[in-house]
Amino acid sequence: MDFGIVELSRLQFAMTAMYHFLFVPLTLGLSIIVAIMETVYVMTNRPIWRQMTKFWATLFGINFVLGVATGITMEFQFGMNWSYYSHYVGDIFGAPLAIEGLMAFFMEATFVGLMFFGWEKLSPVKHLVVTWLVAIGSNFSALWILIANGWMQNPVGSEFNPLTMRMEMTSFFDVVFNPVAQAKFVHTVSAGYVTAAVFVLGVSSWYMLKGRHFELARRSIAVAASFGLASALSVVILGDESGYETTHNQKMKLAAMEAMWDTEPAPASFTLFGIPDQEARETKYAIHIPWVMGLIGTRSLTDQIEGINELVKGSEERIRNGIVAYDDLLKIREAKGDVAPEVKAQFEENVGDLGYAYLLKRYVDDPRNATDAQIKMAADDTVPTVWPIFWSFRLMVALGFSFIALMVYFFVIANWKGMQYPRWALRMAVIVIPAPWIAAELGWFTAEFGRQPWTVDGVLPTALSVSHLSVGDLLVTLAGFVAFYTVLFIIEMGLMIKYIKKGPYQDVEVTQEWQTRHENRLAGRKNDPIVTMPAE
Amino acid sequence: MILYELFSFDFLRVVWWILLGVLLIGFALTDGFDMGVGALLPFVGKTDSERRVAINTIGPVWEGNQVWFILGGGAIFAAWPPLYAVSFSGFYLAMFLVLAALILRPVGFKYRSKRESAAWRNGWDWALFVGGAVPALVFGVAVGNVLQGVPFELNDMLMPLYPGNFIMKLLGLLNPYALLAGVVSLSMLLMHGAAWLTLKTEGPVQERARAIGSVAGMVAFITYILAGIWLAFGIKGYQITSVVPADGPSNPLFSTVEHSGSWMQAYADRPWIAIAPILGLAGIALATMGLRAGREVSTLLWSKLGIFGVISSVGLTMFPFILPSSKQPDASLTVWDSSSSHQTLFVMLVCALIFMPIILAYTAWVYKVLWGKVTVEDVERDSHSVY
Repeated sequence: MDFGIVELSRLQFAMTAMYHFLFVPLTLGLSIIVAIMETVYVMTNRPIWRQMTKFWATLFGINFVLGVATGITMEFQFGMNWSYYSHYVGDIFGAPLAIEGLMAFFMEATFVGLMFFGWEKLSPVKHLVVTWLVAIGSNFSALWILIANGWMQNPVGSEFNPLTMRMEMTSFFDVVFNPVAQAKFVHTVSAGYVTAAVFVLGVSSWYMLKGRHFELARRSIAVAASFGLASALSVVILGDESGYETTHNQKMKLAAMEAMWDTEPAPASFTLFGIPDQEARETKYAIHIPWVMGLIGTRSLTDQIEGINELVKGSEERIRNGIVAYDDLLKIREAKGDVAPEVKAQFEENVGDLGYAYLLKRYVDDPRNATDAQIKMAADDTVPTVWPIFWSFRLMVALGFSFIALMVYFFVIANWKGMQYPRWALRMAVIVIPAPWIAAELGWFTAEFGRQPWTVDGVLPTALSVSHLSVGDLLVTLAGFVAFYTVLFIIEMGLMIKYIKKGPYQDVEVTQEWQTRHENRLAGRKNDPIVTMPAE
Repeated sequence: MILYELFSFDFLRVVWWILLGVLLIGFALTDGFDMGVGALLPFVGKTDSERRVAINTIGPVWEGNQVWFILGGGAIFAAWPPLYAVSFSGFYLAMFLVLAALILRPVGFKYRSKRESAAWRNGWDWALFVGGAVPALVFGVAVGNVLQGVPFELNDMLMPLYPGNFIMKLLGLLNPYALLAGVVSLSMLLMHGAAWLTLKTEGPVQERARAIGSVAGMVAFITYILAGIWLAFGIKGYQITSVVPADGPSNPLFSTVEHSGSWMQAYADRPWIAIAPILGLAGIALATMGLRAGREVSTLLWSKLGIFGVISSVGLTMFPFILPSSKQPDASLTVWDSSSSHQTLFVMLVCALIFMPIILAYTAWVYKVLWGKVTVEDVERDSHSVY
């Protein structure tokens, strides 16, 4: 087993996935905000709302295109760099990806063209429907991707087939309604909504500070603050749900997030601060808040949360069972399934731990020949590196709560204080624009780094999942991605800033002129006089 | 009775083999003209406005068209996991090239119009050229390699391995037969792009497209025939030499395969498949004549027919093989031993039956809304909401 390849493949996947997720959250949220603005436009017929729709849609478009482009990389990469993974779990994992294409991506991509090109070809209501279809398509996309990802965290509805050497689906229903996937979906799209809300709030605040586009900015802030408040609350609540699911399904990840080395008597305390020491298996300078962890994790006063040391002991047990399963697997495959029922029964009993035997492949070609020392090392490998998970989780949660505070503040002023935003608050809103991206990336990091050493929890180790490429292959593509993605990022940021500085390209008069022209065209089937409301 | 047993496993495998073809052909028919237009762009448009005309003929639709490819990838992953695992990693650097080209394309469409500078726009024009021409060529090269067999192995855990130096492997893909196949696909998609521009534009852009397109059509016609003759006389086929149950477990190593004989044996066994290459040649010929004569709607339809015939001829000739291995023939992937499980194929078929009609309906509606020519006046009048 060549570990250079594993590390390089992981690096490439992490890099391209996190890069992809720079664009996704804004797409998820901004698509809905634009659709909300256009809905107001169609309902009130006020040109200012049309101008807002078109302005934010321009920024949406610049961002959307890179989300789409870098998303192709993600789909390709499973096959390119993770071919054994693709073979081993494609029977389950491939399905949600394909359904994403069928149900969501086709819709979003087909209508996004009309959304930009169809303003003059469609009636206002039809165009509004198109915009909503883009928004719904984007969000459905996220649903299926997170169903796929949820299965990696909590592989339900499937079983191992020794003849085909892979996991096969036993219940599509269980895969789709995997509680981990559902909690993750709502948590992730809400994070996207917060991202977009903070973005709209920040850009609008900048206009206010500059004294530009006041009509556009104050309405945009009102939309962003209301939408953002609901989303920020939802992120935290669903994040809690996500954590609760983790308690049941990924005990090691939870223990790592909390740097909980030993099982504590229930209800466990929450470590607010501390410096986890992996070698000594202890957390230095820890500040504990009693009971909180037990309450969040188990929602009870009596259920225990297992610590890392206990979980490692459990892993050792499972590795030994896995070796038995591995031995039976070879017999079954050799005889093409035609083996004594006792062998089959013993295999069925231990097959759930087969993945643990694969952990030994790092140390020995045939897990059946593993020594006790190697089994012990493999068991220790089931602990991910704790401190990055511990800290990224805490930082993410802190940011999550600060978004609630931000949104509450702007929501209150927008609704009850006559939109008199103090300058410091506007400046603050501009400064925090990057924060939701940081929080979102930290969230992914916690979830996926915390899943290590597995690609599919308890089923397939990361080290076994990679394609058997050469280091040369990896270096070429890694260098290619870094160069290519850096250039694209610079171009993207340049265009974003250019179009934000430029502001909405039409003045209100132009919008009104357009409106009159547009309504005259529709006048054939409309007899009532055309009403255009002056924009304040 | 369990629901998925409504359809037998072997039936579902054949259905998904056909659907794999439908998706690849759907991709070639729709995104094919986008790639063709991209590759033609620097040559059909001399001024910025002319190039914008060409770009705006595909501006609103390329994104949806590209999903055929993404869906194709997803469907291979879901329905043919071993094929997905072996081909994407086996063609690693070639796939990376396609990927880079496919990323350049959307970015080029969207960002080209965002600045006025001539250098900026000219740069993106060449990016769009690369984004169109490179995948069009590489897909053909890949097909050329698949017909000869790809040097992969499967170990006893069914882990795909590709022995050899990575540079040599990439160069190995660029053998003469594969390059010929690459020329077939590139010229065919150039013809298709030209047929699209003939329908959607007028004036000098249309004239140039017709001139280049009719040459491309002739090249496609001749190279396709050459590739066929070469395949018949210069390239060994593959045969399954053991009994393979059509509803058996998906394990390629349970069968034995020999690298011998000729692919053309398929035409003796199933003479009706000759219809595919005939349709391919007829479609290309009629599209080429249509381009010369300046017919619009019918030319595009003939071009589609030609592409349909050419792609299905490859699949039908190889059946039941999907990806033969030249290094370890027994590891070759066939329809009978490299699909997903019975249940997954069933679930995916149900999803496809529900969503494909919906997709086709709204795609048709979008094309209807956008029906009509794009002119220089159009793009010059509106520099904000179009590319």
